[in-house]
Amino acid sequence: MFKILEKREFSPVMKELVIKAPRVAMKCQAGQFIILRIHEEGERIPLTIADFNREKGTITIVFQEVGKTTMELGTLNVGDYVRDFVGPLGEPTHIENFGTVVCIGGGVGIAPVHPIARALKEAGNHVIGIIGSRNKDLLFWEDEMREVCSELHVTTDDGSYVRKGFVTDVLKEIVNERGTESVARVIAIGPQPMMKVTCGVTKEYGLKTIVSLNAVMVDGTGMCGCCRVSVGGETKFVCVDGPEFDGHQVDWTQLGRRAAIFKSEEQQAVEKYKSQCSCGGDK
Amino acid sequence: MSEEKKKKEIIPDKNPMPAQDPMERARNFNEVALGYDEEAAVAEAQRCLQCKKEPCRQGCPVEVNIPQFLRQVAERDFEGAIKTIKDKNALPAICGRVCPQESQCESYCTLGKKHQPVSIGRVERFCADWELNKGVTPPEIQASTTKKVAVIGSGPSGLTCAADLAKKGHKVVVYEALHVAGGVLMYGIPEFRLPKDVVQAEIQNLKKMGVDIEVDSVIGKAATVDELIEEEGYDAVFIGTGAGLPYFLRIPGENACGVYSANEFLTRTNLMKAYKFPNWDTPIKVGDKVAVLGGGNVAMDSARTALRLGAKESWIVYRRSKEELPARAEEVEHAVEEGVKFALLTSPVEIYQDDNGWVTGMKCIRFELGEPDASGRRRPVAVEGSEYDMEISNVVVAIGQGPNPLVPRTTRGLDLTKKGNIAADESAATSKPGVYAGGDIVTGAATVIMAMGAGRTAANSIHEYLVNK
Repeated sequence: MFKILEKREFSPVMKELVIKAPRVAMKCQAGQFIILRIHEEGERIPLTIADFNREKGTITIVFQEVGKTTMELGTLNVGDYVRDFVGPLGEPTHIENFGTVVCIGGGVGIAPVHPIARALKEAGNHVIGIIGSRNKDLLFWEDEMREVCSELHVTTDDGSYVRKGFVTDVLKEIVNERGTESVARVIAIGPQPMMKVTCGVTKEYGLKTIVSLNAVMVDGTGMCGCCRVSVGGETKFVCVDGPEFDGHQVDWTQLGRRAAIFKSEEQQAVEKYKSQCSCGGDK
Repeated sequence: MSEEKKKKEIIPDKNPMPAQDPMERARNFNEVALGYDEEAAVAEAQRCLQCKKEPCRQGCPVEVNIPQFLRQVAERDFEGAIKTIKDKNALPAICGRVCPQESQCESYCTLGKKHQPVSIGRVERFCADWELNKGVTPPEIQASTTKKVAVIGSGPSGLTCAADLAKKGHKVVVYEALHVAGGVLMYGIPEFRLPKDVVQAEIQNLKKMGVDIEVDSVIGKAATVDELIEEEGYDAVFIGTGAGLPYFLRIPGENACGVYSANEFLTRTNLMKAYKFPNWDTPIKVGDKVAVLGGGNVAMDSARTALRLGAKESWIVYRRSKEELPARAEEVEHAVEEGVKFALLTSPVEIYQDDNGWVTGMKCIRFELGEPDASGRRRPVAVEGSEYDMEISNVVVAIGQGPNPLVPRTTRGLDLTKKGNIAADESAATSKPGVYAGGDIVTGAATVIMAMGAGRTAANSIHEYLVNK
C-alpha cells in the first residue's frame, strides 16, 4: 500500500498527487515511469514520473482524468492509499551537455518534461522550455518549469493566457529567429497528436527530436508486448525499450491505432463508473 | 497362503478423473478436472504393484518417493502420504495439476508397460487438496543460521528454492515484479486448469514458514542484484525470473490491433481477471474466430481461454502434425473435447488488417513433414503454391518466450548464453559468486516441475555455499 501525502487540483480534471514510495524515489531518474493499481479489481496504468524527492521518499504524478481509472484516482485524497505502485520502469532520458535543448510540454505532458528539463539544465544545457495547453485552466506548473528552464515560453491554444497558438508555433519562431544550428535537440512530450505534429516541424528543420510515448501496458516489464510500436521499421516495446524514442522514426499511425484498441471498453467502464457514482457511490 | 493372495490383482485401467462437461466448461472459468474423491484415490493407489525397482522415482525431477506415498494412500494414511510428498515437493497441489506426468513418473510405471500406468499425478493432487482442506501444518524449520538470501521471481523455481532454504533456517525474501506472487502460476496458467486459490494457499504456507514476499518489486530497476548483495546485506541470491519475453513471428501485420502475445492474452485473463470486466477494470477483446499460433501448453491454454471469453471458433494453427504437438496429452485432449479446432501443418505468412488497423485474416501456407531435424522431430517443409486465406478476428501468438533481460542486463559479471539465458552449471551456480539461477531463465521455456527441480538444486547449492562461507 502506498500513501498519498499531498494533492493539488489544477482543474476539475487535472490533478497532482505526491505518493510515498521510497524504493522508487531512491532509484528513479528523469524520463522513467511507474505503474499503479488503485485497488484489487483495478487495472494497471502507466504514468510518467513528474517529480521525485529522494530524502522524503516521494514520487509526484500528474494526471488528466480521461478514463475510469484516472477518474477514480482523482477522487482519492491525502491519507488514502493506492494498492500498488511499481517502478521505476523504462529507460531514463539520455542526459548530457548537448548545448541548447528545447523541452516542450503539451497539456498533461508538462509534468513528465519537468524532471527532464531539470536534469538537462543541471548537466549544463541551455534549456528552452515551451509549455502549452488548450486554455488557461488546464495550464499548470508554470512556476515549477520556470525554475528548471533557462527560459520559459507559455502558450494557450485559445489565447486565454499569455499568447494564442500551439507549442509548435513558439518552436518555429524560436528556430526561425535563432537558426536551426542553435538548437541541439528537442524533447517533446504531450498528447500523441501534439508530438506527431512537433516531429513534423522538427523534421523539416532537421532537429533531432525525442518523444516519450504513451502506450497501453499490462506488466510494464517487457512480458506482455501489448505496448509494442514500430520505430524505424523495428518492433519495440515502449515499457522496456522506451518510453523515449527518436520521434522521426515512430510509426504514429500504428501507435494511435494501438492506443485505441480498448476504446469502447474504456467508454463502457466510464459509463458504469459514473452511474455508480451518482447514486452515492460504493467506491 | 494361496497363490492368488500373493500375486496382486491387476487393474488395467486408471480410475477416471471426474470432470466438468466439455460443452459446459468451455464457457466458464471453473476448474475442468474435479479431482478424485477419497475412494477413487485409494482405489487408484491400490493399483500400484509396489514393484521392487521403483522405476517411477527416476521420472520425478524432484525425487518424490512415489511408491511410499501410494502405499500410504492405499492404507488411507493421508497424513503420512502428504508428508512423504512434501518431503521433496513444496507445491504438490500445483504439481498434481500441471505436471506432464505422462512423460515423467508415469512413463516409467511398471504397470504401464502392458496397461495404463498408475495415475500418480491424480493421487498426488488428492493428497495435497486433502491437506489444504484440513489446514496445513508448516514443516519443521531448523534453527536460524542468520544468513539472508534474496530470491528473485516468485514462480515455481523461486518458490521451491525459498521453501527449501527457509526449512534449513535461512532468512528468505522473495522479490516479485507483479502485484501478486506466483509468477507464471498466476499470470500464465489459466484458472480452469490451476485455480488461483490453490496457488495462493501454497504461497500462504510459504509465508507461514517465515518467507517474506515483496511484490511490486522489479529487480534490475528498483534495485540491482549487485545492490542486494553490497547494500542490502544478502549473503546469496537466486535468480528465477523465468521466460518472460514473448517471441513474435516477425511477419507483416503482426502489430495490428487484435493480435496478442499469449503472455498478454493470458495475463489479462488470469492475472487481471479480464473475464470479469467491467466489474474488474482490465478489458480484453475477443471476436468470433480466434487463431492461436503454436502447439505447446501455452497455445492450448490460449485456445481454450478464447472459447471461455466468447469466441465462437478457436483454432490452433501449428506447422507440424498432431504427433509433434509439444503440449501435454491431457491438454490437447481437453481442447479437442471443448471444440478447439486444429489447422495442422499450417503456418501464417502475413496478417491482414482493415483500414483501421484491425485484424481481418491471415495468409497461411501449408507444410509437409520432411526428414527429422536436430530435435528429432520431422522438419516441416513449406509446400510451394499452397497459400490460402483464413478469415479471423484475433491472433494469439504462442510460439514461445525468451529470457526477460531486466536482471541479466543489470547484473555485473553474470555470464549469459547466446540466446540471452543465464549460464548456470549443474549445481545452479552462475559465473558470479553467491549468485545462483534456475528455471526458464536458464533453460528457456520448460515446465513447472523442471523449474521446481532447478529451484531445489539451487537451494542445496546455496545452503552449502552459506555453510562454508
